[in-house]
Amino acid sequence: MAKQVAAVLGVGQTHHRSKRLDVTIGGLCREAIDRALDDAQLTFDDIDAVVLGKAPDLFEGVMMPELMLADAIGATGKPLLRVHTAGSVGGSTANVAASLVHSGEHSRVLAVAFEKQSESNAMWALSIGIPFHMPVGAGAGGYFAPHVRSYIRRSGAPTHIGALVAVKDRRNGAKNQYAHLKQADITLESVQASNMLWDPIRYDETCPSSDGACAIVLGDENAAKGRTAAWIHATAMRTEPTTFAGRDQVNPQAGKDAAAALWREAGITDPLSQVDAAEIYVPFSWFEPMWLENLGFTDEGQGWKLTEAGETELGGRLPINPSGGVLSSNPIGASGMLRFGEAAMQVMGRAGEHQVDGARIAVGHAYGGGSQYFSMWVVGAEKP
Amino acid sequence: MSTDVSIVSFAQAPNVRATHGTTNGVEMLVPIMKAALDQVGLSKKDIGFWCSGSSDYLAGRAFSFIAAVDAIGAFPPIHESHVEADAAWALYEAWVKIRTGEVDTALVYGFGKSSAGQLRRVLALQLDPYTVGPLWPDAVSVAGLQARLGLDGGLWTERDMAEVAARSRGANPDAQIHEQVTADELLGRPYFANPLRKHDCAPVTDGAAVVVLARSDKAKDLSDRPTRIACIQHRIESAHLGARDLTTSPSTVAAAKAANADGVTLAELHAPFTHQEILLRQALGLGDEVVVNPSGGPLAGNPMFAAGLARIGEAATRIKPGERALAHATSGPALQQNLVCVLEAD
Amino acid sequence: MSAPLDIGFDYTRSLGPTLSRFVTGLAQRRILGARGADGRVHVPPPEYDPVTSEPLTELVEVAQTGTVTSWCWQPEPLAGQPLQQPFAWAFVLLDGADTPMLHAVDADDVHTGMRVRVRWAAEGGNGIRDIECFAPETGQTDVEPREADDITMITTPVRLKYMHSASPEESLYLRGLAEGKLLGQRCPACGKVYIPPRGACPTDGVPTEDEIELPDRGIVTTFCIVNVPFLGQRIKPPYVAAYILLDGADIAFLHLVLGCEAEEVRMGMRVEAAWKPRAEWGTTLENIDHFRPTGEPDAPYDSYAGHL
Repeated sequence: MAKQVAAVLGVGQTHHRSKRLDVTIGGLCREAIDRALDDAQLTFDDIDAVVLGKAPDLFEGVMMPELMLADAIGATGKPLLRVHTAGSVGGSTANVAASLVHSGEHSRVLAVAFEKQSESNAMWALSIGIPFHMPVGAGAGGYFAPHVRSYIRRSGAPTHIGALVAVKDRRNGAKNQYAHLKQADITLESVQASNMLWDPIRYDETCPSSDGACAIVLGDENAAKGRTAAWIHATAMRTEPTTFAGRDQVNPQAGKDAAAALWREAGITDPLSQVDAAEIYVPFSWFEPMWLENLGFTDEGQGWKLTEAGETELGGRLPINPSGGVLSSNPIGASGMLRFGEAAMQVMGRAGEHQVDGARIAVGHAYGGGSQYFSMWVVGAEKP
Repeated sequence: MSTDVSIVSFAQAPNVRATHGTTNGVEMLVPIMKAALDQVGLSKKDIGFWCSGSSDYLAGRAFSFIAAVDAIGAFPPIHESHVEADAAWALYEAWVKIRTGEVDTALVYGFGKSSAGQLRRVLALQLDPYTVGPLWPDAVSVAGLQARLGLDGGLWTERDMAEVAARSRGANPDAQIHEQVTADELLGRPYFANPLRKHDCAPVTDGAAVVVLARSDKAKDLSDRPTRIACIQHRIESAHLGARDLTTSPSTVAAAKAANADGVTLAELHAPFTHQEILLRQALGLGDEVVVNPSGGPLAGNPMFAAGLARIGEAATRIKPGERALAHATSGPALQQNLVCVLEAD
Repeated sequence: MSAPLDIGFDYTRSLGPTLSRFVTGLAQRRILGARGADGRVHVPPPEYDPVTSEPLTELVEVAQTGTVTSWCWQPEPLAGQPLQQPFAWAFVLLDGADTPMLHAVDADDVHTGMRVRVRWAAEGGNGIRDIECFAPETGQTDVEPREADDITMITTPVRLKYMHSASPEESLYLRGLAEGKLLGQRCPACGKVYIPPRGACPTDGVPTEDEIELPDRGIVTTFCIVNVPFLGQRIKPPYVAAYILLDGADIAFLHLVLGCEAEEVRMGMRVEAAWKPRAEWGTTLENIDHFRPTGEPDAPYDSYAGHL
């Protein structure tokens, strides 16, 4: 049977901060949910099902928090699912919610993703020592830094590319009322002068640890009638193992396969020309050129040139992360959904000061684990 | 017009008190993934979507489900997702995925090595972390409170509970617990957590389960006796224990009604406590003509995060031609969230 | 092989407006509930209504006495529970509330219908644990409220004990390390040599077999220099975390590189293991203290490019 068409009716998010000490976990989710329902001009009564996503439960020390959050997120008496695909979870959650509409199972679905990292500590949670494993790893940055080094070697990219991305994303963040880091005055020099944390990744090239949430309301064709909506043109998810002999950690096959499936479903043959804006998961600045290549916007080894030429700036050929991206706000469980939601906001014309003029087709992308989980979607101002 | 989906194979690891394997389930999963695929003559490349259920808190490590993906041999990359919940909900996600038309087949798996930690205490972390969790009410105690509400209210007796235990323990020679015993003998055993005796509680089990789904029109090519999923519905109740009606399972009732669960003659209920089986029977209106938990159910072996999926697999395996069956899965304290899967066999 | 894995953290939980008032009330020795959308008074107050999900802000004070509506005996209390001698868990319906709260009752003869009274903890400011437990009501007078500053955050320690097990393949490798050997295994399907060996080859899903002893030398494929200190770190920064590809292995593993300045470490650099004294060996890769450069020429890029 044909896939039912689905659309984003509303997007909401919290003010992302290092510590949201003014709210409970439920309150954090609710802030995003209330804004999303408001944006969609709907109430809880209109919602058929809720899908919640977040990264490891250990971060907040609550096992399966969707259970204790049922009332806060409006799920009591309704179907509730909980997705967990590591860092890509925010994106996977949106994809699962989309499936509920695509299958005809529900007409209106609320997707919500969050992280309240301040309840514990991100580096601790990511570095818990396991027996029999030598504790060399140093959090996410320590995991990815060697692979960033590999990218630089492979592509021959000049060493300032990472800093260019950081400058762009933090300045974009300054245009986003919800962003955690807003650094309008950041410069290439200041980034390059910041501490080297895991050589070659510097402090200012690294995502913050944020408390935050994002919520998206999805609806079917009927629910979207007569409204501004971001129509879902394609979704894709792929997984590969964290490590295996001969694995390409820099340009993972799972990402390439997901992107190929995505463009195929969306009918996009020339992503660089046909996509107006992309929100992609860049927690360490060098991931921008790496994902440009992995997604097929450029050939392998060429992604950094697009960045260097300024084409990924707000006014450039392919604005990347106009919201400021993960480099500006990183509530881990929500970050993927923020990318998906921000892409939708672009084609709905609701991105305010960081709106890409005339954006009609936008991409949301998330990755997780050891660059092994990929989820992505294409949304458009028109029905597919 | 919707796509029908069928269950074409089911395999489970032996339910044991403790395995020597790892908490990422690989040792339990490798042989049963092979078995489930061999049953239908498929290989991993024929599977359109993979979905699993498990919990980091059983393993004591974040991202524990990632290592389980090694059991699949996920290269070339696969279309895969995961729920941090019983794999019955992973089956739900896979059922929905097939009905979008994106894929024709799915493999669902769940696993849990409960023996690695202190399960009943870990489950206290499911409770409200502000006003209940800090007291560390363990899962047995919360169930005991629910059991006594029914005892006080005349909904069931300790003998009724013992009869459920006796029947479950004697049901299945292949289950973790297999014991021929009478209700009288069980009533003579001491309390474990008054009003619960040891046999009123599911054992601690390490285990795993795999189910393969296929679009119904394709299922006939794969299996001699595919079981069609007529409907799956699930609902959750309030997190606030005091505000819930703990003896009538309104979410199970609502899910069963939405799933049109009438006319079943076989039911596999995910009731880890004897009184909960009685409670669910009452809520679902299952009369004496309905065979309940011929597998022995969770009281004979309760692999966390696979037990709900196993109920679906067991029902699909035992359903007779022309019969309607119901498989139930639960999540959260005192039956907070419930899933009802209605199965039909031609 | 198994080893204990203890995880713990003192989680800091911000309370939001409703629960702040509840927790502050407890510190003041007052118990507050919330009136829900259907008029029922719930204790503890839910932040969001159990039926309508609307935020609940109308808080009402309830009594310090109530009735047991259900109970379950805890003969051997577990770590962290309210009392460390046998006690009963109970639903207690406080006078003035419409729904019961969950807590402990310190009484041997606990029964449904029993009248109980709060026993306050000596120290306040710990949220629900300001109520130490409930005890049989014997007609005492209520404890007077006391002063307490607003509380907006509580700390809830979580301590969990696990027994972590290594797979048979990993156990083989660890026992080899205890004898100074680096053991890999080959996947029967793809033929690749994995170190450590695997319960399931990640590309084929079958256990690795065929033990192969690998030399303790190889190359650095890629690496980073860790400068950042973090909670739980065991090696003092700055240190080089490098992927070491042993000669004959098809997959690299993370280890430390020392014996030269961090800036001198290069992709492709040939290295050899620097073992700790034999007397210090155990079943762990830490028997190798670090890898050091051998001084041989670097491996050509193409020889390891496929391992990046």
